[in-house]
Amino acid sequence: MTSPDTAERSNPPRPRVRTVVIGLALIVLAPLVITGAINLQQFQVVYRNKVESELTVMIERQSFIVDSFIADRLSDVRIIAREHPIERLRDPDFLRQVLNLMREEYHGAFVDLGVVNEDGIQIAYAGPFNLEKADYSSAPWFELAFSKESYVSNVFAGLRGTPHFIVTTQRRVGDETYIVKATIDFEYFNALVEGIRIGDTGFAFIISRDGKFQTNPRFEVSLNRSPYAEILDGTMHADRIFIADGKDLLSRPSIFTFAPLKQGRWLLCYQQETADALDEVRKMVRLAIVALLVVATGALAVGYFVSGNLASRLAEADRERTVMTHQVIETGRLASIGELAAGIAHEINNPVAIMVQEAGWIDDLLHDDNPTSAENLVEIERAVGQIRTQGDRCKEITYKLLSFARKTDPSVRAVALNDMVGEVIGLTSQKTRYANVQIVTELSPDLPEIQASPTEIQQVLLNLVNNAIDAIDKPGGTVTVVTRAEGHAVVLEVRDTGAGIPEANLARIFDPFFTTKPVGQGTGLGLSICYGIVEKAGGTITVESEVEQGTTFTVSFPRESPKPAQPIDPTSEREGP
Amino acid sequence: MIEPSVLVVDDEVQFVKTLVKRLVKRGVKVDSAHSGQQALDTLAGSGATRTDVVILDVKMPGMDGLETLAAIKEAHPLIEVIMLTGHATVESAIEGMKHGAYDYLMKPCDLDVLMNKLNQAAVKKREHEAKILEARATLIALRRGD
Repeated sequence: MTSPDTAERSNPPRPRVRTVVIGLALIVLAPLVITGAINLQQFQVVYRNKVESELTVMIERQSFIVDSFIADRLSDVRIIAREHPIERLRDPDFLRQVLNLMREEYHGAFVDLGVVNEDGIQIAYAGPFNLEKADYSSAPWFELAFSKESYVSNVFAGLRGTPHFIVTTQRRVGDETYIVKATIDFEYFNALVEGIRIGDTGFAFIISRDGKFQTNPRFEVSLNRSPYAEILDGTMHADRIFIADGKDLLSRPSIFTFAPLKQGRWLLCYQQETADALDEVRKMVRLAIVALLVVATGALAVGYFVSGNLASRLAEADRERTVMTHQVIETGRLASIGELAAGIAHEINNPVAIMVQEAGWIDDLLHDDNPTSAENLVEIERAVGQIRTQGDRCKEITYKLLSFARKTDPSVRAVALNDMVGEVIGLTSQKTRYANVQIVTELSPDLPEIQASPTEIQQVLLNLVNNAIDAIDKPGGTVTVVTRAEGHAVVLEVRDTGAGIPEANLARIFDPFFTTKPVGQGTGLGLSICYGIVEKAGGTITVESEVEQGTTFTVSFPRESPKPAQPIDPTSEREGP
Repeated sequence: MIEPSVLVVDDEVQFVKTLVKRLVKRGVKVDSAHSGQQALDTLAGSGATRTDVVILDVKMPGMDGLETLAAIKEAHPLIEVIMLTGHATVESAIEGMKHGAYDYLMKPCDLDVLMNKLNQAAVKKREHEAKILEARATLIALRRGD
């Protein structure tokens, strides 16, 4: 019933939309982000485990390959040393023959083949270098090779000046000992390890326990840095396959994997940037972020459109309700006018009847035998005066009716309640006269003005007074209209000595369409409209009633605020006539 | 042409005054009253014997037209009543007809029409009276055995 505050209505609903959109987005996105983060974290852990186990498997296989390569080459040499009599081994032609065979078999893994006697002199040699009669007695490997049944050296430059390593085995003939020695091609061996590559940054190399490179690493590596330094100085043990985190030379987080070779004398090292190793995780994160963005955008868009739509519908409903309220008030006003019409019609009919009579009387006199007799002229003059008087009376009545029937003007201004009471009582005078009801007013002389729409207050008053008159079912009742100031309120009281309202109806009398009048005589809107108008003006309306004693409606308006010039609300001004 | 005797009842004093003047000018004997009660009082006094027709406004404060009509018809059944109404009270005029009013006229009314109705009503009333007198005479004659 009440129309919402005009200021609130004119506000654009945008801030509310924004709040709804943000709220919606948070509700949708928060769990998404949280579960996404948890999932990613979980995925990262799982994937890290997977990468580690893959690395372990890979390095295990590679170390096995390298170990077996060395072991196989060693056993090749041992077979040669054992199978052939020493005379033949001392024959360089035979050695060449054997070397060619092995090179064919092993794609050039063997560089050369030689036999060294106890004095360190190479007594037979087959290979690309001229090393026959070379003296190895002072070579670092010579002692070791002589002390063991078979021996695999570290990589060294040696006499020839290029990196290589050798495998040796002893051959005893009587009390003489010979060493059969084969050189393994460094390039060949290096290729074996260099081929171990995963991703863009993964590479492998072999170092010896004393920190010498046994193969060339693809990228630069400093063995003085963690975790190589710790491994080499024994702080960290790499007896088995071992995985460590660290940083590479460019300080990028990397994964380091180690596997022991040659019974732990060498280390197969594998190094890869963490980001590269966990590339899948990175892709996953990227995918998750993209998915999140897509969902978030979608949610925001949907939220925006839904709430925007909702807001515009609310605004539309608001507007419709305002229009409806206005229409209802208008309807109520017309109904009130209808009720007034009967009385007004009779009221206006009386002066009209008098005027017609007076005109007829003048007519009669003019048809007299002597129409211009002094007596007749006086009579005609009187009649004309009377016609004028009655015409004025008609004008007054029509003015009263028109002043009420003009369109509702909801614009708020200062209203003097007492004047309004006088106007409305004048409007109902005919009705009260024929209903034999006396209207008594007790108006406080210095009543403050109230802020309201004059036409609406007029309607409230007219409804209450009309109802009060209607409530009086036997002649001689009294309707009392009281105004008074009460603290910060201006109070209007309309009291009747009528039939009263039964308690059962009392709770419903402000409901729209509730009426106890016969069909066609009351719309049931009067009091509900009053309620709406009073609420809108910031006031309250209450009712007290006792059956057979009468009813009192009390309306309380807030008194006008002391502000000197109340700016007129632009929205209501627009709706005004 | 008989000369009807009329009582005009209306709360509009000015209306009654002028109407009375015009009726008098047309040779009608007129009394006036401004309320239902006043009309009844007039009829209860000397007015009853000479009043043929009452012109009665339907809507009056205090005792309204219908109540007055009922009272007149009860006390003076022979007197004819012509109701005067505004537009909005045609229903009550019809109601009045049902309760024995002779006719009704809408305000403002043409005097010639009113005169016409007055004459008819007066004739009817006088005929009634004559019939009653005749009946009484017959009754007396029967009793006397003539």
